Amino acid sequence: MSITVKDVQHVAKLARLQLSPEEEAVFTEQMNAILQYAEKLNELDTENVKPTTHVLQVSNVMREDVVKESLSQDEALLNAPEDEDGHFKVPAVLE
Amino acid sequence: MLSLFQYRLPELHNMLQSKEISVSELTEQSLAAIADRDSKVHAFLTLNEEGARQSARALDDKLASGAARGLLFGLPAGIKDNIVTKGLRTTCASKFLDNFQPIYDATVVSKLRQADAVTVGKLNMDEFAMGGSNENSAYGAVRNPWNLEHVPGGSSGGSAAAVAAGEVLFALGSDTGGSIRQPASYCGVVGLKPTYGLVSRYGLVAFASSLDQIGPVTRNVEDSAYVLQAIAGYDAQDSTSAKVDIPDYLSALTGDVSGLRIAVPKEYIGEGVDPSVREQVMSALKVLESLGAVWEEVSLPHTEYAVAAYYLLASSEASSNLARFDGVRYGVRVDEGGGLLDLYHNSRSRGFGPEVKRRIMLGTYALSSGYYDAYYLKAQKVRTLIKQDFDEVFKNYDVVIGPTAPTTAFKLGSQTENPLTMYLNDILTIPVNLAGIPAVSIPCGFAGGLPVGLQIIGKEFDESTVLRVAHAFEQHTDFHKERPQL
Repeated sequence: MSITVKDVQHVAKLARLQLSPEEEAVFTEQMNAILQYAEKLNELDTENVKPTTHVLQVSNVMREDVVKESLSQDEALLNAPEDEDGHFKVPAVLE
Repeated sequence: MLSLFQYRLPELHNMLQSKEISVSELTEQSLAAIADRDSKVHAFLTLNEEGARQSARALDDKLASGAARGLLFGLPAGIKDNIVTKGLRTTCASKFLDNFQPIYDATVVSKLRQADAVTVGKLNMDEFAMGGSNENSAYGAVRNPWNLEHVPGGSSGGSAAAVAAGEVLFALGSDTGGSIRQPASYCGVVGLKPTYGLVSRYGLVAFASSLDQIGPVTRNVEDSAYVLQAIAGYDAQDSTSAKVDIPDYLSALTGDVSGLRIAVPKEYIGEGVDPSVREQVMSALKVLESLGAVWEEVSLPHTEYAVAAYYLLASSEASSNLARFDGVRYGVRVDEGGGLLDLYHNSRSRGFGPEVKRRIMLGTYALSSGYYDAYYLKAQKVRTLIKQDFDEVFKNYDVVIGPTAPTTAFKLGSQTENPLTMYLNDILTIPVNLAGIPAVSIPCGFAGGLPVGLQIIGKEFDESTVLRVAHAFEQHTDFHKERPQL
């Protein structure tokens, strides 16, 4: 299985990255090399092996739903590149 | 002036308590060391000079008033720049976060403050902790204090170099696939990756959440135990934090390893490992043998699959974690008037460096429709096999020992062409993260004037045994006392 520049363009779109034609070419080559190396995993029969998503044996960590102090609006907006009236500002979403 | 940095942390703790030295004196020594040599090493991204002096004065006042003192009282520390510090710039060595001012402290940072440590600054790293040489920092690479033409390792290269260069007494790093241990090995210091879940990840900017773990970088094993004591423990803010009892790590350092059973995986000393590295590791085993430990060769048969599984899993998790960098809430924003989608595309493309983009691309591909089973799920299953390899060996042995890295620190610029070659440097550290178990890298010799690291791997939550073995070795060798000439 090898990937093409077209695949790279599709993945970049999914990842919200704008790549230059040079980056597209380099990533196509490098991702092919890495994925080809990853084919190694297919040497192993894993049909009856359970996947490990996490090493700790914990699930559904719950806590009481109690009111606590949280960030102020000013703090939450401290690093916002643009804000207005106490909100994060974004360009128009609907044209 | 005799350097105060020759003492171990518990010794300095006592000297400070008895007012033999002051916190301000010790802090000034750290700041002076940074001023003297960090232009060569480039370990620091942001200095907290004024903040450190203020804390030092406050701590000296606290001592004078007779109030209770914390475990790390007065000790100057550096913090890897992917651990958030309230009000102190935190960049992850990425242009994306060039001006980022955290609005809260990571749990480990709160713990350092509660323990009365002094934060002198934030340490350089590979961008978003992705890399093994520090050459992926957007602010320029860290240099290896032992040879400035060589890399310090990564991604916690700033943490290891700052400790090796005597700029701080200890540092915090993070380890996802070897990012504490490998630079510790390259820089001749002690780097500990605790069991997954032992130290809270709250406030650690996530790279691969199922693998990331914070740990100490120090000049000797006793200091490592000392710092671990201050940062370990359950944290309700981290849902993957483990509810386990925290032992007294210092009291585990008995020096006794008689009857200890050591497993040496043949995959860790075979082909691909530099002969000079192997030689130092074999001599280290002889030292432990002379102290009454026994070692035998074993096999961890799935080792050769670890790198492939790791890069699929870590990149997949990274592609998801780094989706939050959107140019809206913090960091770089490039708005060229093309609407929201363009804002995302432009901000991310301008803010991230090449290695970060490469991993986001790889992860997005591995998680995308049609490829999930072939790559991500397959890698998770192989992760199970790698964990089972360790489970099997730990039925009969107390620790697993081998080199930390297959070579000593390589030259800057020598491996940047091919990312896959760079990834393969991590073959001996990655399996430990996949299995979630603890491991330490300690100095065990030199090859060509550069330090060699010995890796000691333990059972989950058995940091005590890992540190005991490391300490026993250290008691009978002088490698940890060697200092680079800068």
